[in-house]
Amino acid sequence: MQDKLIARAKELLSEGKVQKVVGWKKGLFDDDITPAVFTTAEELDKDFVFNKYCKANLSKYLVGITRNIEIAKSTARMNNTMAKQRDPNAQDKPIPSEVVLVFLKPSDTYSFTQLLKESRITRDDVYAVGVPCQDTVDGGDVCGNCAGKKPVSCDEYIGVDPEAVVAPNTARMEEVAKIEAMSVNERYEFWRNEFSRCIRCNACRNVCPACTCEKCVFDNNALYTTQKVAETSFEESLFHIIRAWHVAGRCTDCGECSRVCPQNIPLYLLNRKYIKDINEIYGDYQAGADMESKPAMLRFQEDDPETTIVYDRSKDGGNE
Amino acid sequence: MLSIAKDKIDSLFELIGSKQPLYLPVDNNSGKADFAKWQKGTKLSEKLKTTRSAKDFFFPKTEHLVSYEMSGKEVKVVDPRKNVEDFVIFGMRACDARGFTAIDNVYLNMNPVDSYYKNRREHGTVIVLACNEPAKTCFCSTFGIDASLAKPAGDVSCWLADGKYYFEANTDKGKAFVENAKSALEDADTSAVEACKKDIAEKVEKLPFAHLDLSKFQGKDMLKIFNSKIWDKVSEPCVGCGTCTYVCPTCMCFDVRDFATSNGVRQIRCWDSCMYNDFTQMAAENPRHTQKERSRQRFMHKLMYYPMAHDGMFSCVGCGRCVENCPVNMNIVKVIKAVNESDDI
Repeated sequence: MQDKLIARAKELLSEGKVQKVVGWKKGLFDDDITPAVFTTAEELDKDFVFNKYCKANLSKYLVGITRNIEIAKSTARMNNTMAKQRDPNAQDKPIPSEVVLVFLKPSDTYSFTQLLKESRITRDDVYAVGVPCQDTVDGGDVCGNCAGKKPVSCDEYIGVDPEAVVAPNTARMEEVAKIEAMSVNERYEFWRNEFSRCIRCNACRNVCPACTCEKCVFDNNALYTTQKVAETSFEESLFHIIRAWHVAGRCTDCGECSRVCPQNIPLYLLNRKYIKDINEIYGDYQAGADMESKPAMLRFQEDDPETTIVYDRSKDGGNE
Repeated sequence: MLSIAKDKIDSLFELIGSKQPLYLPVDNNSGKADFAKWQKGTKLSEKLKTTRSAKDFFFPKTEHLVSYEMSGKEVKVVDPRKNVEDFVIFGMRACDARGFTAIDNVYLNMNPVDSYYKNRREHGTVIVLACNEPAKTCFCSTFGIDASLAKPAGDVSCWLADGKYYFEANTDKGKAFVENAKSALEDADTSAVEACKKDIAEKVEKLPFAHLDLSKFQGKDMLKIFNSKIWDKVSEPCVGCGTCTYVCPTCMCFDVRDFATSNGVRQIRCWDSCMYNDFTQMAAENPRHTQKERSRQRFMHKLMYYPMAHDGMFSCVGCGRCVENCPVNMNIVKVIKAVNESDDI
């Protein structure tokens, strides 16, 4: 598989269809692979790897890369306009154009599509190639019971079939159901214990493809909630709960937050809880599965169920 | 040398832990280990490293510095420090202990002395445990740390050899600890410890990064390294989180924040990370615009600026935590190798 990907990347580079390749780079050991940008066939031959350790979801890197491409384009256009104002006969300078090749595993293609829907990536600047997951065995519940094995939105596929019929994963919400079954106090203790290990390194947020705010609310120095301070131990819980709320309906369940957590906090369970609730209340929905559908949190229909605490209580005559 | 059988170590913990706070590495439910306070039934972790370094004991993640309390037109300044009681940290590794030396150089051995740090430092007794099974990510020997001696900056050295823990006091605080623990310990000869030391030294020698070449990190070449093209590649995958800085035993930057209370202000300090985008934010400008400048700062500080200010001592101890925990697996070993392989340095 690795050889196939390298061969295809080289082909696309030499044809001039793409100028850059976003992939995975060999590390010091087998298991410490780093996302990297390759520009030549030599670099690909030397360092490009694709194996079961290539877990990083590369879709978020496209936000910055395509933005830089677009900035270069608009700068060139602006310079041309200004040159024309000085001299009506000025020749237009060429507009720099770049296309970047990216390899996406099925789950990553959902993040990619979601970012496209949110206009965070310029589609024309990307040549996306769908590739299969190499191994999900040691990914545990988060990766093993993933959102889907069916890739979407790519320009071509190598080793995966976008038309394949994949049976829905029935085990995906089992861990969430276990936590739901706990008593309120048990559940509180469970999360307090998990969050007590948090060092607030922000790795979960910074790696999350759904977290692409230019300025995160937790980076606002004027607020009492800046990224590095956890003034009380409860604030750690707040950070994670607010983050999970903010990505609700947009989280594709790629599991990067849990993979990168140095303290192994099962953050994906918070997101899956929201996904489960959305599925049950508003009907099955997979963020990033297509370009058209609107997430439950961004649409309103008159017959939407009103599942709020206030509503539930009022049904009961205001009694709890 | 004094010793105690491995299966009796709990009785030693009980003896010490019932008199003063005792902290030791304990397995948590995530499959990793972290330091925790000893309680009856606490079991010592068998893991080589805790996820967080031991710096937390002297330089906690958040620390209440001072409070200003207003009543009417009076403002009262309240120092929240109570005299910290003596405490014992058992089972940190030589790398973590060397990390304290790196922090001491800045917070104790320079003016002004950091009185909060000093207060904790004076009350803590550090017991360093030799690393019987160093990991592939360890590279303390690169920085001249001898894991078999269990010594740098520790008050007591400890070895687990042949089913027994052996103790050797290095300082007055260490002697006091051994004195306190004496009733649980028995005399033993040192042959097992010597064999253990030899065994560890051999294992360390075989580690992949046992001797990284640091000869290029010379003060005279600072600008050459600073301006090198390697930093583009080094910073390319960085997501700008603070994992490396927060698990690092020598990262000691902090920020100070004021929180309004009902009748005044509570001032706290908290860890800060040069990897964060607002680390150098000033009123008008942020001189480090991109992740490239931020990543470069971190590695230049560890390998260039710190040694230039502190007699050539690097502020990396080779514990390997950043190697293990970086979300994108970019780390100081890769930087050292990139510098060595670069043709523009």
